[in-house]
Amino acid sequence: MRTRALVKRIIRQFIRDKRTLAMMFLAPLLILTLVNLVFSGNDYDPEIAVISNSEQIASQLEKADNSFIVYENKKRAAEDLENEKLDAIVEINSPSTKITLEGSNPTANKAVMMTVEKTLKSLTPQNHQQSSMETEIDYLHGSADMESFDYIGPFLIGFFIFFFVFLIAGVSFLRERTTGTLERLLATPMRRWEMVAGYVLGFGIFTIIQSAIIVSFSIYVLDIMMAGSIWFVILITLMLAVTALSLGTLLSAFAKNELQMIQFIPLVVVPQVFFSGLFNIETMADWLQPLSYLMPLTYGGQAIRDVMIQGGGWSEIYDEVLVLAGFSLLFMVLNVLALKKHRKL
Amino acid sequence: MTSVIQVFDVSKNYSSQRVLENISLNVKKNEIYGLLGPSGAGKTTLVKMIAGIETPTKGSIEVLDTPMPNLQNMTRIGFMAQSDALYVELSGHENLEFFASIYGLKGTKQKERIEHAASLVNLTEFLKKPVQQYSGGMKRRLSLAAALLHEPEILILDEPTVGIDPVLRQSIWNELYKLSDAGTTILVTTHVMDEAEKCGQLGMLRDGRLIASGSPQQLKESTASATIEDAFLYYGGVRNEN
Ligand SMILES: Nc1ncnc2c1ncn2[C@@H]1O[C@H](COP(=O)(O)OP(=O)(O)OP(=O)(O)O)[C@@H](O)[C@H]1O
Ligand SMILES: [Mg+2]
Repeated sequence: MRTRALVKRIIRQFIRDKRTLAMMFLAPLLILTLVNLVFSGNDYDPEIAVISNSEQIASQLEKADNSFIVYENKKRAAEDLENEKLDAIVEINSPSTKITLEGSNPTANKAVMMTVEKTLKSLTPQNHQQSSMETEIDYLHGSADMESFDYIGPFLIGFFIFFFVFLIAGVSFLRERTTGTLERLLATPMRRWEMVAGYVLGFGIFTIIQSAIIVSFSIYVLDIMMAGSIWFVILITLMLAVTALSLGTLLSAFAKNELQMIQFIPLVVVPQVFFSGLFNIETMADWLQPLSYLMPLTYGGQAIRDVMIQGGGWSEIYDEVLVLAGFSLLFMVLNVLALKKHRKL
Repeated sequence: MTSVIQVFDVSKNYSSQRVLENISLNVKKNEIYGLLGPSGAGKTTLVKMIAGIETPTKGSIEVLDTPMPNLQNMTRIGFMAQSDALYVELSGHENLEFFASIYGLKGTKQKERIEHAASLVNLTEFLKKPVQQYSGGMKRRLSLAAALLHEPEILILDEPTVGIDPVLRQSIWNELYKLSDAGTTILVTTHVMDEAEKCGQLGMLRDGRLIASGSPQQLKESTASATIEDAFLYYGGVRNEN
């Protein structure tokens, strides 16, 4: 009853606040679109010099891919490489092949290696042994036309939902304290847990809408790769949002004003980026890796990725969903205890 | 008559600062008890402890024979804070509706109570407006209405008439008298001397101590003062000489 009154009030307040609504629903879409544009731009086109004692091979390469430019003069090529006009020099003096990379840009390096590999392979399909870099390319997950955005998109969806919900819920609860209405509520028979539950439910309704909007937008408008069921993704993002919501309201107890709430972002939200799966956790320092278990976004990011890229179902994600539910519950209980600071019961 | 609010030897510290010192007082049923004192005397701190939203460092407080804080008691207390605790995005009506639901009022009863409380503070025609657009006095009145909604047995009002014009102030006091006649106990803080005269009982608070208490008449007579102000100065002066 009291919780319902609180939920109703939060919904009313939130609907009045058009700007915060936009921040919650539209800002993530805008940023996702931008990231999508950045990462789906044209692939890097490398410039590769070909120097060969066999003119036939050289011109074959040049014809096969317009990244290749035949150079007669080895010194000229070396100069151009130095001046970054070239990304690489390929010297083919049968039977040996030597590749010199400019090397300062990892994207260029990768593009060079892929172009060379692909072209050499297409030139010598009948004789595999000749190509020293011969590889069979197979995709266990994803596909040849999977873009970078397909890979980072799922984490970004999780991250933005976490970020915006954390901030908005945290500031709202904080404002309840700074405007004196929290104290006013504590002078009523409302219980502390009713208050926390009211906040989670009230904001929960908006996070459902937010999750649905962001996930549908990513899939249907940005055309992000989606191997599994959209409902699972919405479920995971919702659990992530509830975690962010309960963490935000909990931490707001330790902030005196909005600015101090914002100071939690570099402390609490940003570190999670590094563990959400955007970066490879296995390559981190050993002592750092256990930290990832403490971060809700690790589980959210992992689960979203399981569904969107690997097409996983309930059996793949239920453990992560349960962990997120556990986090939410823990934060809520801690919040109920934190409110004890204001009223003993 | 029975005591509904009993404060036993209460002291309150904020970190190391002592804000209230050994306060004991009794408020009887039906009484209008005024806490009078200059700014910073500790009035708000004291009434918050009585309302159950602060805990005494020392001593104890009983309301309706139950130690505070107590959730059951909170339904029987109406509290109006010194700073208006309202949701400014919402309309006046929505604010009242929210507080009414929290006290478990619903349906026609809720509607009735909201209408009654709003008319009491002359806000009926402004209920649709968002509180953001209210003047300071209007917000004050809305806070008062919110405290009256659930017909509490005890009303705790922290400077209820600040920013309210004399005419409306008079009508609010008339309403307080009516409530008191009907059985409500009222604890009100003020630093306005002429308002103190309107209370049945007075407690004079200064620097965290209760320097005197009694009816306005008694306080004036025993200090041979013409006004409450003189009486207050007298007690304050005596304390200063010690
Ligand atoms: N939360 C707090 N933390 C620290 N000190 C406080 C706190 N609240 C009040 N005080 C101090 O307690 C003293 C009494 O404050 P209180 O608000 O009770 O005064 P008051 O009599 O209500 O004054 P006013 O008439 O201005 O409202 C003041 O010195 C104030 O600085
Ligand atoms: Mg005060």
